[in-house]
Amino acid sequence: MKTTGTLAAGAFNDLAEAEAPSAPQGTAAARKSRHPAPCTRNKVLGERAFFLISWLVPITVVAAWEFLSRLGYIAPQILSAPSVVARTTWELAQDGDLFIHLGASLLRALAGFILGSALGFSLGVLVGFSRLAEAVLDRSLQMVRAIPFLALLPLVIIWFGVDEGGRIFLVTLAVVFPIYINTMLGIRQVDPKLLEVAKVTGLSVWGKISRIILPGAMPSILTGVRYALGTACMALVIAELIAADKGIGFLVMDAREFLKTDVIVLTLIIYAAFGALGDSLARWLERRLLAWHPNYAKGKR
Amino acid sequence: MGEFSPNSHAVVVRGLRRQYGERVVIDGLDLAIGTGEFVALLGESGCGKTTLLRALAGLDEADDGTIESTGEIAVVFQEHRLMAWLPLWENVALGMNTATGRVLAQNALGEVGLAGRENDWPLNLSGGQAQRVALARALVREPGLLLLDEPFAALDALTRIKMHVLIRELVARHHPGVLLVTHDVDEAIAIADRILVMRSGKIAISLDVARETEAGRGPLRARLLHELGVDVPDAAHV
Ligand SMILES: Nc1ncnc2c1ncn2[C@@H]1O[C@H](COP(=O)(O)OP(=O)(O)O)[C@@H](O)[C@H]1O
Ligand SMILES: [Mg+2]
Repeated sequence: MKTTGTLAAGAFNDLAEAEAPSAPQGTAAARKSRHPAPCTRNKVLGERAFFLISWLVPITVVAAWEFLSRLGYIAPQILSAPSVVARTTWELAQDGDLFIHLGASLLRALAGFILGSALGFSLGVLVGFSRLAEAVLDRSLQMVRAIPFLALLPLVIIWFGVDEGGRIFLVTLAVVFPIYINTMLGIRQVDPKLLEVAKVTGLSVWGKISRIILPGAMPSILTGVRYALGTACMALVIAELIAADKGIGFLVMDAREFLKTDVIVLTLIIYAAFGALGDSLARWLERRLLAWHPNYAKGKR
Repeated sequence: MGEFSPNSHAVVVRGLRRQYGERVVIDGLDLAIGTGEFVALLGESGCGKTTLLRALAGLDEADDGTIESTGEIAVVFQEHRLMAWLPLWENVALGMNTATGRVLAQNALGEVGLAGRENDWPLNLSGGQAQRVALARALVREPGLLLLDEPFAALDALTRIKMHVLIRELVARHHPGVLLVTHDVDEAIAIADRILVMRSGKIAISLDVARETEAGRGPLRARLLHELGVDVPDAAHV
């Protein structure tokens, strides 16, 4: 693709794998379940056994952690015992604080994600369809993209203060580029042979866009969504850690002050849950929008 | 077949010229195909068969000459060119009104032996099945001219023979003029009413295939091979 060729190679490399709109493939996790390891036909251990083993390992680790904490090998100010984390979670949930912070963070993430993907998608469609739009926008967008977005933090603080706007802006920024690039490349890489079919079947311009170009670009767009969910999560953590009066980040900062490692562990779990939530969102989209692809199909329609 | 009326033409080409840069690929080509006539086009690889077909399909502009056709023009390419993300019936009904398109597409899929598969996805099909869907997509719009660019080349021998039977049936029923590009002399003899050989950017010869008699096939085959620059010692004396 011409456009990517003009990028600073270094800036693109680390993202290249995640953003490359290759043939539709999920993440390693998504693929794993459809493509079993080559020698898993084990006669002694059934599917259930493998399932149990896969849970046994983390359960053992947590049990060992609890055990060592109780024996005093792990000091509470280094890492709280799982039981303590559970109790703290219960207490925070009881007085409702947990949900206020959770809600604040989710809202930020959602607002930033929706803004960023709407903007990224629109720009991607515009540049994907129009050489003029590419000439006007693409180089500048790529230049801004080359800035590691953490480096923008000082400016963002000056512009927005430590306001909610700044935090949403950071998440938006983290989402715009992966969606933009993958939408644009997805559109550009639609097979010209299929567009010839549009011509000989007399498909209208809108038909061409809605039946061929956008669905053809969809695997690539969803790759962008998946990647953006990751960067959004990262941006959220950073944005919340600068300064926040509520949100999961606030819980972290507050807990750090008082060495409350139980709360810190809880927030880690919450951020992980955010990640998992994003992953299931991506999966849901893939199953709905890529039902035609054997990798995602849940039976014929 | 062969019951076309010589007065009504699916397409008439006069003095067609096509060039890529300085290189003239089609050079003053004349051609007429009757309604319901099945014409096969042979020619060495790279002699301009696809170029001719693309010009007829309106995919490329002619550099000179005229192409007059009656009715719609439909194309089946060497690859099926189905949209993987559209169910079969939407592939077939592409560019048609959705309400009527669905019913017509279902019928067309039935005609190519894929009845009941209208909601299936293209990636679940074999090569032969996918090519049959492409055929249904072409025929569903009742074209006046059907262009086929080596549509069976990628299929295995048995599937190809089945496709020959199928396409003759379909053409007999829908009655379009057909131009089938192929590199296979036997295929051309098996299904066409008339065989053209293309050379130096023109139609070099046009031979009728006597469908009724098997006897004429041997000499015809030898003649065609000779025109294509292949001389088979035994066949030449048949
Ligand atoms: N897009 C193109 N640009 C330049 N030359 C082309 C192009 N398409 C085909 N040609 C040339 O035109 C000639 C005829 O090609 P083609 O019609 O595909 O041959 P055939 O289908 O008979 O094998 C070939 O020599 C080929 O190299
Ligand atoms: Mg060709």
